[in-house]
Amino acid sequence: MPSHQLIDTYAAEISAEKQASVMGGTSSGTEKRYNVLFNDYPDPDAIRKVAAQIKQHTLDHLDTYLAQAEEQLTANGANVHFAETDQDARETVLNILQQHGVKRLTKSKSMASEEIHLNPYLVKNGIECLESDLGEFIIQLDDDVPSHIVKPIIHKNRREIANTFLKEGIAQDYNDDPETITRRARTHLREKYFQAEAGITGGNFVSAESGRMVLVTNEGNARFGMAPPPVHIALIGIEKLVPRDQDLGVLLNLLGRSATGQQLTVYTQFINGPRSAQQPSGPEHMHVVFMDNGRSDILASNCKEILRCIRCSACQNVCPIYRQSSGHAYRATYGGPVGAVLSPLLAGDKFPELADLPKASTLCGACREVCPVDIPIPDLLLRLRDRAKQEKIKSPGALPMAPFAELATSPKLWRTTMTMSKAMNHLPLHVAPIKPMQAWLGQRTLPRSTGGDFRKWLKKRQD
Amino acid sequence: MNHTQDTPCSSAKHQKVLLMGTCLCDAFYADAAKATVEILEHLGVEVIFPIDQTCCGQPAFNSGDWKSSRKVARHAADVFAGKLPIIVPSGSCAAMHRHGNPLQFEKEDDLPVIEDMGRRTFELTDFIVNELGITSWPGKLDAKIAFHHSCHTRGTGTRAAATTLLNAIDGVQLVEYGQKEQCCGFGGTFCVTFPNISGKMGTLKLDNLLDDQPDFLVSADLSCMMHLGGLAEKQNRPITYRHVAQILLASLKGVTP
Repeated sequence: MPSHQLIDTYAAEISAEKQASVMGGTSSGTEKRYNVLFNDYPDPDAIRKVAAQIKQHTLDHLDTYLAQAEEQLTANGANVHFAETDQDARETVLNILQQHGVKRLTKSKSMASEEIHLNPYLVKNGIECLESDLGEFIIQLDDDVPSHIVKPIIHKNRREIANTFLKEGIAQDYNDDPETITRRARTHLREKYFQAEAGITGGNFVSAESGRMVLVTNEGNARFGMAPPPVHIALIGIEKLVPRDQDLGVLLNLLGRSATGQQLTVYTQFINGPRSAQQPSGPEHMHVVFMDNGRSDILASNCKEILRCIRCSACQNVCPIYRQSSGHAYRATYGGPVGAVLSPLLAGDKFPELADLPKASTLCGACREVCPVDIPIPDLLLRLRDRAKQEKIKSPGALPMAPFAELATSPKLWRTTMTMSKAMNHLPLHVAPIKPMQAWLGQRTLPRSTGGDFRKWLKKRQD
Repeated sequence: MNHTQDTPCSSAKHQKVLLMGTCLCDAFYADAAKATVEILEHLGVEVIFPIDQTCCGQPAFNSGDWKSSRKVARHAADVFAGKLPIIVPSGSCAAMHRHGNPLQFEKEDDLPVIEDMGRRTFELTDFIVNELGITSWPGKLDAKIAFHHSCHTRGTGTRAAATTLLNAIDGVQLVEYGQKEQCCGFGGTFCVTFPNISGKMGTLKLDNLLDDQPDFLVSADLSCMMHLGGLAEKQNRPITYRHVAQILLASLKGVTP
């Protein structure tokens, strides 16, 4: 049935194939996470709370830790840049590339780069930019956008991928065996790695104490992309800091388990700076670009807890709305519960365009329950709904609540209305031109009144 | 209305309580509210029902109209003033008093009053098991029951409390139906603003539920039941649902709920 809300319409029109892919990928993700966490730890909840404290503490003292990280990174031989806006971040990256005369590069998976649409910008400026994560590589071939934080092609199945490979000349014949697909991508990518003049990565964590940055992948593509060429650029959101190296012990133990049900990702890289004189290989130049892009504003808002997020996607996997609609329904880089909070906030002045996202939730709380850094996502969704209302942003299909409040503060009128509601089943409501009523009846029958009038019964009983 | 002269809620006995009937019981489900009164009285608790009560304000709160919602919450705080515990046969309304209200009153001067109301509010089974310390239940009921874990009871005492009581009934076979952590899709106004997703979510729950073929679907929240029951009937595969209080009462009386 038609709906006023864009995400609901998207869910109604999604292909059965796409929805099955999303449902399958998210359900298995949720199950794996649960099994590994509860198998490994007697009380995973306690660890979540510690991780939340580490990240919240960092955010509460972000100015101090950013200064410390800059100092340490510089001492380690890296160049540190700060980018305030998305445009600043894109230009900073481009300037570095031009300064080093880079014409072609590989890029490992980075949500920060997706957020600022770095690829199209670099291509427009004459730089060949190849995605090296298998999922992102397929996204690039299809001119698609990621629909999930960890599994960017969760919405695709292997038949679609096999067809893409055939169409793009990566494969000479159709073969949808996952191993064959992977081997073919590997052969294609390997050659590109050696031609690249720079490697761009994101960054999962940066320790302020040591300036050590951490990258996690399952394919080893980040390492393979950044180690051979002379230039490594890491694009990192300012919220990715942790105070000390030892904090990584807590967060890495939760990240892999929450994201993919792995105790640790296959590759966990600790990068201490560019190649030193004693090292036989590695990039000669390392540039770290710390990106704000609206984060300082979020930090000053009543939704700052969302910046604790370590991009594990456990909330996307468990969310029933995400499962039914896919990440693309959210029309932003970040979908699902975290995206419903983060995307409208990152939109800045364009908040009204995404103010419907926080409404796409039953507030069931499953996201909060799985969040490795205990972000109170439902509370933040509610705060954003309140903000949208205060800013008088229209919400199509929303029920007016001022008359409800009037009714619910007028006890006599309330009692009369409640008595009348018992007649609902005897009224021809299926033809009533009341939109919410029709939305209810489109899916369901009306409840039947059972047991008569409670208030009268109780009065009689207690008299 | 003020009940300050009554026994404080910290008393071990809880001889008197205020009943919050919920708008759903007011409108449709008088049976559930009656059952709540009868089982509380069976436990020796005197039930006081402030007649000026209306709603917890959650519809406005969830819609983002906190200004309207606070107005309703203030009315509730006035109606339920005093020191007595407030018992409500709904995990959802209890969550509104305990968690939702403090959130929307964060910057309001009367936050302490609202917080106090939250601390005094208990979902019915949570109150019976965790406040009164009752874990056994008399009577008998031969029935296969699927218990629906409503989302608003996530992380509260209700989940264990309700299943403890149901399991204690002689003859009850409790089944945990598939994907119990998944929401049914009701979500208050969500069910009419996102009707497609709501319907799909509910259908998933029903598929899981009907696999188990229970005699009754039971929950501490009638809102989920109203949605799932309506959905099931529309799909021509009706289910019989009851509030947990109705099951407890049926066991006591030895009748079919």
